[in-house]
Amino acid sequence: MEKRAVYLDHQTTTPVLEEALQAMIPYFREAYGSPSSLHRYGLQVREGLKEAKEKLAALINAESWEDLIITSGGTESSNLAIKGFADANHRKGNHLVVSAIEHPSVMNSIEYLTKHGFEVTYVPVDSVGRINPEDVRAAITDKTILVCVHLVNHDIGTIQPVKEIGKITAEKGIVLYCDALAAAGWMPIDVRDLGVQLLSFSPHRFYGPKGIGVLYRNRKARVTSHIHGGVQEGGRRAGTENVPAIIGAGVAAEVAVKEMAQRVEHVAMLQKRLYDGLWKHITYIKLNGPEPGPLRICNTLNLSTEFIEGEGQLLLLDYQGIAVASGSSCVSKSLKVSHVLSAIHLDHALAQGNIIMSLGKDNTVEDVDYVIETFQKIVDKLRNMSPMWKEFEEGVIDSVVTPTGKGKSFTQHAADISGKPVH
Amino acid sequence: MKETKEYTLYNDTVMDHFLNPRNMGDVQEADGVGEVGAAACGDIMKISLKIRDGKIEDARFKTFGCGSAIASSSMATELIKGRTLEEAKNFSNQEVVDALGGLPPVKIHCSVLAEEALKAAIEDYEAKQAKPVAA
Repeated sequence: MEKRAVYLDHQTTTPVLEEALQAMIPYFREAYGSPSSLHRYGLQVREGLKEAKEKLAALINAESWEDLIITSGGTESSNLAIKGFADANHRKGNHLVVSAIEHPSVMNSIEYLTKHGFEVTYVPVDSVGRINPEDVRAAITDKTILVCVHLVNHDIGTIQPVKEIGKITAEKGIVLYCDALAAAGWMPIDVRDLGVQLLSFSPHRFYGPKGIGVLYRNRKARVTSHIHGGVQEGGRRAGTENVPAIIGAGVAAEVAVKEMAQRVEHVAMLQKRLYDGLWKHITYIKLNGPEPGPLRICNTLNLSTEFIEGEGQLLLLDYQGIAVASGSSCVSKSLKVSHVLSAIHLDHALAQGNIIMSLGKDNTVEDVDYVIETFQKIVDKLRNMSPMWKEFEEGVIDSVVTPTGKGKSFTQHAADISGKPVH
Repeated sequence: MKETKEYTLYNDTVMDHFLNPRNMGDVQEADGVGEVGAAACGDIMKISLKIRDGKIEDARFKTFGCGSAIASSSMATELIKGRTLEEAKNFSNQEVVDALGGLPPVKIHCSVLAEEALKAAIEDYEAKQAKPVAA
């Protein structure tokens, strides 16, 4: 089989759309003014920015383009949403409710606040990574000022019941912040229907440029600026605007709205084909998160292949031209398994064998078939190299995915030979 | 900027040992077997040895772990073949790191695991030697 180049890491980032790139180019050298300027160069750019913001607002059905704050990226957006809101509202209470599997930019912003007088309740998730809205209700106290729940999990693709949670927060008069990083551009989003007051997303996840992020903020949610300087973005985010990137992001949002139905249909078809193919040909493999369908975002599969480790899979796939991600501890700089996999109580052995494949609009059926065939060979190669595979065949250790009842667990075995429990 | 396909996570030597591991497998009727795990990351490495006249005649590995763990075990088995037991007991992970042309700081523990697996295999051999074989 001929080698192909297959990029399967669209939940990390995507290439910029041709039409977005073309729209950006004039803003580097022709329309290079700063929108704060009062002369014609400034005014020319102001018009382009307003149009781009209208397109970004349309992607999430925001009431007005003026409800959007443009930042440097998804991370700054979640920092501003959480820290900016906490700062502006700390007199009302000091308690935050957050799901256990949020993006690091949310988790670490919350952790920062806990060092500055805030208290937090982490809401657990079930085995497919879904939050129960009633657990959110139960976590809310009379000191709660903010609930943070993402729309789609960035690792395992679970779609959260944000609308149901929005009803609860509305009832209690509490602001709901939704990180839509892994969702925007890949499913329809309607901030009014969801009942959120704050929502963030990042255009480079849906074929826009890097270097800009969006925070939607309606009148019910006051945020205090955290980047101090001039009066850009209505005084909530200082600094000269990254004009070309905002223009490109607007085009990416416009195309995403226009092509949403066909994009979702195409990618969901590939996701199903990939899922069916891998599960047909590979034994002892587990899907993390819900099955492809209404509870899973259309573009991602998170899988754990037993008896082999994730970084080895990633490297061999990369060598065959296939780019994927992994939540294995060997891949992380901290040597820790992804907190999302820990939160769904994934067995250590399976967390180690983790791979994330996220599809894009330009992937094809041929790409998917190449991945299925290549991945089988890689699994065989790594299992042949793994002491765990032979020990499983000899009945020394058991499978977690399909237990045979023979042998001890991998986790127990790993603890026995390393002298300490792992993770 | 080079072409995308020219970039690799590890250097050429590490990649070569990862993609084409030497001495992968189990020594048949091994004289010593060591299996160790890294508590830090969860990797597991197994080294089996054939020992004759106080020398390591053959060494093979199996590894559950990342690219650098596989490369480290491949390189370690290459290095120790032909050495005396006394030499092998002084084997250091630094030798693996140097022979591989360096490992990223966060991956140095992979080479430590190879050293530990080798030493566990030698201990296993010596324990078997000390114990009289049941008739």
